[in-house]
Amino acid sequence: MTGSSRTLCWNCQSAVGGEYFCPQCVKVQPASVWSDYFSVFGLPRKLGLDLGELQQRFYEWSRKFHPDFFQRATPEEQAISLENSALVNTAYRALRDPIARVEYLIGLEEGAVKGIPPRAPRDLLEEMLEMQEALEEAKTSALDAETRKRLEGERERLAERRKAEEARLMEVAGEWDALVGASDHASRERDAVRRKLLDGMKEILAVRAYLTTVINDLSEALGEETHTHVSHRRH
Amino acid sequence: MSRIVGIDLGTTNSLVAYMEGEFPRVIPDAEGHVLLPSVVAFTADGILVGEAAKRQLVRNPTQTIYSVKRFMGKGYEDVKEERRYFPFQILADHEVVRIRVDEREVTPPEVSALILKALKERAATSLGEPVTKAVITVPAYFNDSQRQATKDAGRIAGLDVQRIVNEPTAASLAYGLHRLKQGIVAVYDLGGGTFDISILRVKDGIFEVLATNGNTHLGGDDFDRALVDWLLADIRAHHGAHLGQDLEAMQELRLGAEAAKCRLSFEDRTVFTIPFPQHGFTYRREIQRSDVEALIEPLVQHTLGPCRLALADAGLGAEQIDEVVLVGGSTRVPLVKRRVQELFGKPPHSQLNPDEVVALGAAVQADILAGGITNMLLLDVTPLSLGIETLGGVMSVLIPRNTTIPTSAKELFTTSVDGQTVVDMHVLQGERELAKDNRSLARFELRGIDPMPAGMPRIEVTFLIDANGILQVHAKELRTGKAASIEVRPSYGLTDGEVEQMIEESFVHAEEDIASRLLIETRNEADTVVRATERALGQGSGLIAEDEATRIQEALAALKAVSDGDDREAIREATERLNHATLHLAEVLMDSALKAALASKRVTEALEKTE
Repeated sequence: MTGSSRTLCWNCQSAVGGEYFCPQCVKVQPASVWSDYFSVFGLPRKLGLDLGELQQRFYEWSRKFHPDFFQRATPEEQAISLENSALVNTAYRALRDPIARVEYLIGLEEGAVKGIPPRAPRDLLEEMLEMQEALEEAKTSALDAETRKRLEGERERLAERRKAEEARLMEVAGEWDALVGASDHASRERDAVRRKLLDGMKEILAVRAYLTTVINDLSEALGEETHTHVSHRRH
Repeated sequence: MSRIVGIDLGTTNSLVAYMEGEFPRVIPDAEGHVLLPSVVAFTADGILVGEAAKRQLVRNPTQTIYSVKRFMGKGYEDVKEERRYFPFQILADHEVVRIRVDEREVTPPEVSALILKALKERAATSLGEPVTKAVITVPAYFNDSQRQATKDAGRIAGLDVQRIVNEPTAASLAYGLHRLKQGIVAVYDLGGGTFDISILRVKDGIFEVLATNGNTHLGGDDFDRALVDWLLADIRAHHGAHLGQDLEAMQELRLGAEAAKCRLSFEDRTVFTIPFPQHGFTYRREIQRSDVEALIEPLVQHTLGPCRLALADAGLGAEQIDEVVLVGGSTRVPLVKRRVQELFGKPPHSQLNPDEVVALGAAVQADILAGGITNMLLLDVTPLSLGIETLGGVMSVLIPRNTTIPTSAKELFTTSVDGQTVVDMHVLQGERELAKDNRSLARFELRGIDPMPAGMPRIEVTFLIDANGILQVHAKELRTGKAASIEVRPSYGLTDGEVEQMIEESFVHAEEDIASRLLIETRNEADTVVRATERALGQGSGLIAEDEATRIQEALAALKAVSDGDDREAIREATERLNHATLHLAEVLMDSALKAALASKRVTEALEKTE
């Protein structure tokens, strides 16, 4: 794939041009030569991708590398199979969810950033302050029917808003793909657009993270089961 | 390539299976029994496992250990609440659970190892070759400590554990061989002590787990406890007796409750009869299925929350599930079936024996590892988020729950004080915000860091969860590329040294005296006959002549007089004489039971039963 063609097989030292298995001795090769999660699956670094195709490759790659198939191999091969499988699994997890995919891409473009801090959308600031008060109250006393209804309504509206933000994110993602797919020569103008799109996506992610936190707080106040940590969506 | 067997190490029963040709097969013992009761009895004359140990439950309650799976990978703090339900002594002066047996103390992995060893021997006898490799199943929701404890048990039993597999996913493999279509499958697995829900996508031979959830402390045992508590209250009300402190009576009640629960899965009502000669009464009560359903409804409801969370994590609605599969003996309970059907909106499958399907699946996974089956692959997940404790006692997640395994995460560590040469890490598992609310797995110490100004060393730590769902930790100093040394202190587990010692000790005690084993079995047989006779006399003394009753009493006394002695032949003869003396009484009781059944409405049913 995209590994350097000068890479040598760890076992027989013959050249392996980014192959998964050495052409000479057929030993499995470490996947760490792959530069990013997109290249793990042989995909271009783009935000729009065919989920069916991704899943198919994930299954294919799992069949190549899973430790189940290296149970009787040498310890070296077992270690490589384990690391390769772990990488394939992590890459699939990051790419299969469109939101996680954007977060990963921003990390790639800007160097590792760990999570984007949540930020309240400006137009909702006042409303959010009021709701925080209601939430504080809910913590100390039982909810009456009216408050409950209000909080439920609020949660529904915020969920709608989150959906709208996600749709907007996908639009910007489309613009990004169009930009990187177009002519390759760098220009000051192109850099500015690139910058703008990245900032735009970060902004939406920050708002989305904020909305998610508030929605979870509301669910908790309403006494519903939630996992407090990371929630992750599947397609 | 030596054969790899599949073992289901259950709370109540354990099984071993292997691949015979295209299909897996469970291995029975010499008498044809497939289920090995997960019970271990420590008697004065040696250790008993399985059916023989189960017979010691009432006779020898403090030395007979059952449901030990509930204690695997646990600390004393975790189990002190339920200690009162167990007649054996769980010691308070250790972090890790230890059980007092006579003069010694045993850990749950050692007890489990005895069960594994019995299965290993059973398989070796049946297959006619030594068995050294196994795949062992665990509940999907088992955390790292519980998995590690299971692996330790295998090592102590002299088994090379090739893989730890999750029970519901193993079951899906067994179903996959037979009849599973492509699509989304929910496996609802309610066993003796644990509950799991796993949601999988099955496609082209790949079994991809999308999400899993559960409760490692919820199962049929809890149904039995609810019923026992209810019976205790009823006995107090009707007989004024407080049986709570009587260990033997409690075991009788527990076993009776378990049997009544099982009968009520197939009948609407059952009669519960237990003589308590030591308290001077026989307890008799008719129980309706609806009575028990009312008692266990809250427990069944407890399983539905995890189902919803698993669906949410998989990003699916209940209506998107194509098939629902039931696994585990407790799914025979009609109320459980009903609630599962309501939740998923479709009738669940239970074509494969719910007691056997997990062991069968373990054998399939064993065959995959041995290179037999090549077109099936199981992609499982880690059930709980893994993280480390950070400043302020907060848990920072490194690997979120439901991540496909194997998986890894890297984290950079440095020092906070000039010249610091050791860095501590506290690794946790769980879904809560604060470190203290999560499960502590282990404390790691990175050592041998070169003395440098604070913040200078850059140590990259890799947390890798392998295909067993077990954590491996490696560390490397980035500037030098040197591997850093790590010392692990498991929070609720055995150290490598302790496991090694247990392996040695188990070899020392391996060869048991055959004569003493035979004596114990003869005594057990005598014990069973004594109890059966006492029960029969309680129920049928009015149905036989007085001199016959006297003859039985005499034979009973004669057997009791010798049954604790060492003369095996005398015990055997006395047992036979008592058996002979009660032949007629047994017939009379059968007759009266048949008449009672005929008198009831279900005539045809009763006739079927007597065929």
